[in-house]
Amino acid sequence: MKILVPLKRVADPDNANKVKVNAGKLETTGLEWKPNPFDEYAIETALRLTENGATPKVRQGEVVVVTFGPKEAEVTLRGALATGADRAIRVDCTDEQLDGDIVARALAAIAATEKPDLILAGKQAVDGDANQVGQLTAEYLHWPQATFAGSITSENDASLLVVREVDGGTITLRVTLPAVVTVDLRIVAPKSVKSKFTAEGHAYPDGVRFAALMAIMAAKKKSLVELKLADLVPDAALKIAYAAFELPPGRKAGIKVKTVSELVEKLKSEAKAL
Amino acid sequence: MSSILLVAELHDGHVRRSTHSSITFARQTGLPFSILVIGHGAQSAAAEMVAYGATKVVTVDDAYLGHVVAERFAPTIAEIAKGGGFDIVVMTASSFGKDVAPRVAAKLGAGYASDISSVSVEGGSLGYKRPVFAGNAFANAKLTTPFQVVTVRQSEFAPAEPSGGSSSVEPGTLAAKDPAADRVEFVALGEAKSERPDLGEAKVIVSGGRALKEKFAEVLDPLAGLLGAAVGASRAACDAGYAPPELQVGQTGRVVAPKLYVAIGISGAIQHLAGMKGSKTIVAINKDADAPIFQVADYGLVADLFVAVPELVNELKKHA
Ligand SMILES: Cc1cc2nc3c(=O)[nH]c(=O)nc-3n(C[C@H](O)[C@H](O)[C@H](O)COP(=O)(O)OP(=O)(O)OC[C@H]3O[C@@H](n4cnc5c(N)ncnc54)[C@H](O)[C@@H]3O)c2cc1C
Ligand SMILES: Nc1ncnc2c1ncn2[C@@H]1O[C@H](COP(=O)(O)O)[C@@H](O)[C@H]1O
Repeated sequence: MKILVPLKRVADPDNANKVKVNAGKLETTGLEWKPNPFDEYAIETALRLTENGATPKVRQGEVVVVTFGPKEAEVTLRGALATGADRAIRVDCTDEQLDGDIVARALAAIAATEKPDLILAGKQAVDGDANQVGQLTAEYLHWPQATFAGSITSENDASLLVVREVDGGTITLRVTLPAVVTVDLRIVAPKSVKSKFTAEGHAYPDGVRFAALMAIMAAKKKSLVELKLADLVPDAALKIAYAAFELPPGRKAGIKVKTVSELVEKLKSEAKAL
Repeated sequence: MSSILLVAELHDGHVRRSTHSSITFARQTGLPFSILVIGHGAQSAAAEMVAYGATKVVTVDDAYLGHVVAERFAPTIAEIAKGGGFDIVVMTASSFGKDVAPRVAAKLGAGYASDISSVSVEGGSLGYKRPVFAGNAFANAKLTTPFQVVTVRQSEFAPAEPSGGSSSVEPGTLAAKDPAADRVEFVALGEAKSERPDLGEAKVIVSGGRALKEKFAEVLDPLAGLLGAAVGASRAACDAGYAPPELQVGQTGRVVAPKLYVAIGISGAIQHLAGMKGSKTIVAINKDADAPIFQVADYGLVADLFVAVPELVNELKKHA
């Protein structure tokens, strides 16, 4: 199976409470860049889906990572190559040139030449929290989609059984490849992903794998090509225009109560919440 | 002049309460709006939508739409928007809305503003505010396209009440099948059966974190029962299997804003706060006095939850 994984670098979410707004502009200087966590999960999923179960692991298929961003974003791609992805593509652009629609149209153009069996994306990028690129890409390609995947079983080479996490429960879909799947948090649980090679009852370590030092060195030699955004999307006009950013209104710090009965009393008489 | 097509979400033959948030959005814009009730059983559910001030209620009722599969719904929504002269399509940002709306946008060549928290009318066009960075900043956005698609955050748009009157109901047409629809098969719906209110609609939410361990239900159920509350959870509690995934509250779970949110054994990571800090009153019970949850809590109790929660249940029983 050939899998294309779009990978975005985002300002470190654990520093997001240090996000600053200056004259309506978002300040990201000083924030550390990290791979979008959902995209790390997508890469881990892609690796699990293409492993053949042998030791040492031999990849059965190919995992190609692609990012849209400036030269500095290549660090993020190299990181993905070190954890096991086979090759990388960077589409050269600044973040200001992008919205979800352009990323999706460019991804569709890449898919037209790369012909992957599967595009495996994160369900959302945790900077813009937009939750749209996977779905838009699927529509542009006229492919089926399975969003918010909590588990994936590759039954054969032609289809995937995907359990989606939705409000109030789950929906299970079978998608015929090629397709777009976006992954949710629980996809990296030990038994969430099964390829046809996965031994019955096999459990992966919880979460994503880390790169060994040797792999980090080896990743420097893997292929990383650069494409031009204009070659993929000739008419790259933004469909969403962001004007001013602002900070949310702060919440007034409350009080500490000493006892449970004081809590109930306050909730009744002060907050009128009971 | 612009007009809005509002897509209602069906569940068990009725319009979901979450749809009422989209009605509130439509009213706030001051623009005329029509409601599309789409799905199997839409015909009879349409009656629930006639008293909200819509220009008309359009129904598309077909067994083909019996299961929510984006590829089946998107073509009809897009065709009705185009054919009916609607230039703004709105849905509530439920998992259904988030799944379907982008496909509709791509079909219409529309810009898509997802999960917006407020709307403003500025010189004849709409401005959308959306939370970014887990709610640590807000972005003011405009869509630059003739067609626009929007999903609205249920927690920020209070459910609309009927305004009287009676909109006319007319049937709409099911669009031609998408080729992509033939390549997705609906296999199963795993619906969590619960007597408790839905997280998106509950007035009170009792939410538990990793600290509850295997006693998650044992400790929280009596409290939730007494308060008529929905039960929520942190990601850590869901990941560990103490609570089912659909209970997760947060940036990447459900976003809620009840009258009362009781956070029990939850540290208050930014991703969790993103899903609940709009609640009216927040109570936190945590044994660590420095836990970040106390920075947003109106009432904090530093205590061992395994002692404090049963005590709280007893105290509430006394007052009941
Ligand atoms: C991409 C991404 C998305 C995420 N999305 C979400 C999301 O949507 N929602 C979400 O919740 N999280 C989310 N997270 C996870 C988040 O960062 C935190 O890891 C998580 O919220 C922590 O859960 P917790 O507070 O239950 O656990 P912990 O951080 O382990 O906190 C447990 C708390 O319980 C207290 N405690 C322990 N024992 C007791 C006791 N006996 N009595 C009282 N208190 C006790 C401790 O003092 C501590 O504060 C996300 C993370 C990532 C990377
Ligand atoms: N600039 C980008 N570069 C690479 N992938 C991206 C980019 N933006 C979005 N994506 C992909 O699309 C997913 C959803 O992003 P979004 O729709 O922006 O929330 C992410 O998890 C990524 O997989």
